[in-house]
Amino acid sequence: MTGSASLRAALAVPLLAIALTVGLSAESRAEYADVVLNRNAEKEGMRPVVFPHWFHRIRFRCKVCHAELGFKMRAGSNLVTMGDIIDGRFCGACHNGQIAWAPENCDLCHSGKPGLPPGIFGGHETNGPGIW
Amino acid sequence: MSLRRILTTLAVSLLSSATAWSGEWAKLSEDGVHDPRGPAIGLLQQPGDALSNLPGDGAGNQVHWIKALRSGVIRPRPNIDPAREDRRLDKDIYLDLYGSMPSVRFPHLAHTEWLDCTNCHDQLFLPKRGANGISMFLILQGQQCGVCHGAVAFPLTECSRCHSVRNHIAQRIVAELEAEEARKAAGGGSKEAGSADAPRGAPAKPPKDARGGAR
Repeated sequence: MTGSASLRAALAVPLLAIALTVGLSAESRAEYADVVLNRNAEKEGMRPVVFPHWFHRIRFRCKVCHAELGFKMRAGSNLVTMGDIIDGRFCGACHNGQIAWAPENCDLCHSGKPGLPPGIFGGHETNGPGIW
Repeated sequence: MSLRRILTTLAVSLLSSATAWSGEWAKLSEDGVHDPRGPAIGLLQQPGDALSNLPGDGAGNQVHWIKALRSGVIRPRPNIDPAREDRRLDKDIYLDLYGSMPSVRFPHLAHTEWLDCTNCHDQLFLPKRGANGISMFLILQGQQCGVCHGAVAFPLTECSRCHSVRNHIAQRIVAELEAEEARKAAGGGSKEAGSADAPRGAPAKPPKDARGGAR
């Protein structure tokens, strides 16, 4: 009776750890290099933004956004406001209704799950760098 | 009895989650970052629809992005402003010549096909031999090469893509490049950098300062 109880207790911790790991890994099946932007979005009553690198790099080389448009290469280091975008900066250089959809299509970018922290997600081999 | 059931359930869920991760792209509604109840979920392109048509790979997006680019399957724009120069550099740098792993060949060409010089120089790397203290510890922490590799470029599980040249071969190439450099410095021929005198056996055509060897 007590033996089986202590056995159960001894097994509970590693089992819980495994269950958590499995649960978390199943949770983040984001495509490699998906970026969540949520420094302001939810505070302002919008869903977080999901930026898919895979979609954009089919159409643009890294240098377009990271040299020409000025996005720093560290998730969370660019404070992008809707004012910037509407004025043609950052995403707004393309998302202007000419190269890509215009900023009034709010939900197409603000498509993230509520509550997500900002950062880089995804990858079935690694889960991104240790420091953003 | 119940314990056995729990273990079996766990084993099955482990296996099923492992298989779900390989060789397929998650649907946006199931990827854990998109809101499955959001209005965009039926409008956005699914990763599998776009990426399954590109040259395959075993890691990252499961796309070999350099092959996709060079084969012309994708034609990503190099600029928004057409006046902006799309700079390329075809020069290999050999690093980590005496380690326990094979040496690293860093190809500027593959990097400048995607990136601009200013993305790395001089914030991440000084363009000077031995000045950067490159370490796998820092890279694994998301510094240096790890700013991109492990986040957006091929992940750090792909050791042999960087550590790709046997040490004695890399040492020979670097020795030749350094001899070339020394000849130029001694002969005062620094003005003719990039002319016909390409070094033998070196895959790159180094201009005046061939760096390699040190970190």
